[in-house]
Amino acid sequence: MAERVVVAMSGGVDSSVAAALLLEQGYEVVGVMLRLWSEPAAPTLGGTVEAATNRCCTVEAVHDARGVAERLGIPFYVISAEEAFKARVVDLFIAGYAAGQTPNPCLACNRHIRFGHLLRYARSLGAAHLATGHYAQVGVDAGGGYQLRRGADRAKDQSYVLSVLGQAELAQALFPVGGYTKPEVRALAAARGLPTASRIDSQDLCFIADGDYRRFLAEHAAEAVRPGPILDRAGRELGRHRGLPFYTVGQRSGLGIAASQPLYVLELDAARNALVVGPAGELGRGRLWAGPMNWVSGQAPAAAFRAEVQIRYRAQPAPARIAPLPDGTCEVTFDAAQRGVTPGQAAAIYDGAVCLGSGVILRTAQT
Amino acid sequence: MIYLDHSATTPVDPRVVEAMSPYWTEVFGNPSSIYGQGRRAAAALEEARGRTAAILGCQPAEIVFTSCGTESDNLALRGVALAAAQKGRRHLITTPIEHHAVLHTLADLAEHFDFEVTIVPVDHTGLVDPAAIEAAIRPDTALVSVMYANNEVGTIEPIAEIGAIARRRGVPFHTDAVQAGGILPLDVQALNVDLLALSAHKFYGPKGVGLLYVRKGTRLLPTQTGGSQERGRRAGTENVPYIVGLATALELAQGEREAEAARLLALRERLVAGILAAIPDVELTGHPTRRMPGHASFLVHGADAQSLLIALDLAGIAASSGSACAVGTPTASAVLTGMGYDATVALGALRLTLGRASSEADVETVLARLPGIVAAVRGNR
Repeated sequence: MAERVVVAMSGGVDSSVAAALLLEQGYEVVGVMLRLWSEPAAPTLGGTVEAATNRCCTVEAVHDARGVAERLGIPFYVISAEEAFKARVVDLFIAGYAAGQTPNPCLACNRHIRFGHLLRYARSLGAAHLATGHYAQVGVDAGGGYQLRRGADRAKDQSYVLSVLGQAELAQALFPVGGYTKPEVRALAAARGLPTASRIDSQDLCFIADGDYRRFLAEHAAEAVRPGPILDRAGRELGRHRGLPFYTVGQRSGLGIAASQPLYVLELDAARNALVVGPAGELGRGRLWAGPMNWVSGQAPAAAFRAEVQIRYRAQPAPARIAPLPDGTCEVTFDAAQRGVTPGQAAAIYDGAVCLGSGVILRTAQT
Repeated sequence: MIYLDHSATTPVDPRVVEAMSPYWTEVFGNPSSIYGQGRRAAAALEEARGRTAAILGCQPAEIVFTSCGTESDNLALRGVALAAAQKGRRHLITTPIEHHAVLHTLADLAEHFDFEVTIVPVDHTGLVDPAAIEAAIRPDTALVSVMYANNEVGTIEPIAEIGAIARRRGVPFHTDAVQAGGILPLDVQALNVDLLALSAHKFYGPKGVGLLYVRKGTRLLPTQTGGSQERGRRAGTENVPYIVGLATALELAQGEREAEAARLLALRERLVAGILAAIPDVELTGHPTRRMPGHASFLVHGADAQSLLIALDLAGIAASSGSACAVGTPTASAVLTGMGYDATVALGALRLTLGRASSEADVETVLARLPGIVAAVRGNR
């Protein structure tokens, strides 16, 4: 009997082609879409409050995905994951901002929802694999362990948001479009009469109705949005800020301070609720500490090693020395100072095309 | 595929399809037209009304054809409530286990039309106490509405007793009999009802047609106005082929009812006994004996209904958690919480409803596959 594989479908080109390719490879394919939490909409005339739709699973997305499933002749289900998504992704997002971080909820979603909740669900349905439309690849190392590799289309690579996976997840994960470029995937879709447009990109804040996270935080985590002082490195108060979540590291404009040279956001200091600013020359960060570390291999390296470190979804990886620390975190020392190193984002470690793992950036230092 | 969701809907009986066939292209007239085509359509309509009335034991003029069970319930509740309000009666009585067609309509009357609704509790098996209904009746009570048989747990309510009380107290009595059509006796005199709603697709008729029985003398305002069809109680050109289909399906189903009920009861007993014996931590919901013959409903503790239904579908078994009208929302059934079940426990509801296509082999297949499916789904938690 054919192996059963559950495909997370979005109605867009990537997951639709993924499902079609698996079907052609002889798998028994089951399409699913997760219904995720979204902030409640305004009350309707009748007084009932209806949930706004998460932008990953709008009525249109469900309609499109169902249409693709119908076309491919595979079953399709919408699975409720609102509670898990709220608890494991949205609440962490809010807590991250409250702690002065700039979190990336996509990593939490892949770890806890797609390759947590949904993978367990797939197993309970007797599926041998869980497939997604991510641009990433699963490889095998010399010792037989699973590797997470960048997608063949370097410009579309999504291994960064999957850097939270481990051996148990990769053993069952399939990324059928990871070996293709985006134009190739569009051509595969067109040849099969499937949708050729992309759905939501990994990086969008799907659960925020209008995509405005500052408004969202002001409404849902008012305690995280408190005015406070703007300080320079020496601790002198230069002005007042409107609430730390309104600023990101490296930001220049909008500070409302007259100074002899342009000032940039250097740090969000949650403990003092202070925005620390300084000249462009102080933006570079030579070191960061990240953790807790997820090592894809399941084994933390025994000693410090050289590799490349990527500090944001689309950032260029930079050469660095990585030193694992006894507490499960690690210290990253860049060869050259990097701009835009932001606590809350992940530091993903790469050896060429192979992603070795990642950890959340906890703090940074200039040198 | 093994279809075990006959409470959601049924396939149309081929004999019904056959009876409907002349009314698409041959006898297509508007029953209100004066020429031959119209007269023939009107004759078919009235003939169907007569056959339907004979089954219900009422006058043909007491039958109002509608588009579905939900519309029938709406017409009954809104029509009677708004007429009674003219006389200053604004109190309505119902139970917590009614279909949304009733509960949401009464909620709307309360929220937007200034009515007051008393919800009389049910016991742990879903049974309504007629004495509790009587105790809730007030001088300004406009209507009592209690379903004939519950869709989610199969419990059959003491309709005739409640009807006798309502009549003695001079209060109109409505029953949503949508689940009972083709399964239970439908004589409106024996049932002591003033209003009774049916839907054809529950008894092997087409979707999109239903009826409301309205006892002569029951004051009811129309909710849909326009032409004078259905004696001014439901405006709109009559759906002749569907109405013929409803009448034929009702005749066939009520005619074969007793033999079919006995067959289904035996199958259900085997199904229920088999499931309770083979799977730990499963309980039957609803009344153990006062329930529809083909209806089996359970709480599968430690499993969530959504996973269970998907796994069953992938195993070729069509089932549901309760009301097909409430699918997609993983919230606990108000019927089960109304019966006193905890909301978290109620998420494991599983409903298997047998019907004409069901065989012993189907039951044995389910008994063979379900334990493994439940174990896998429970392992996911």
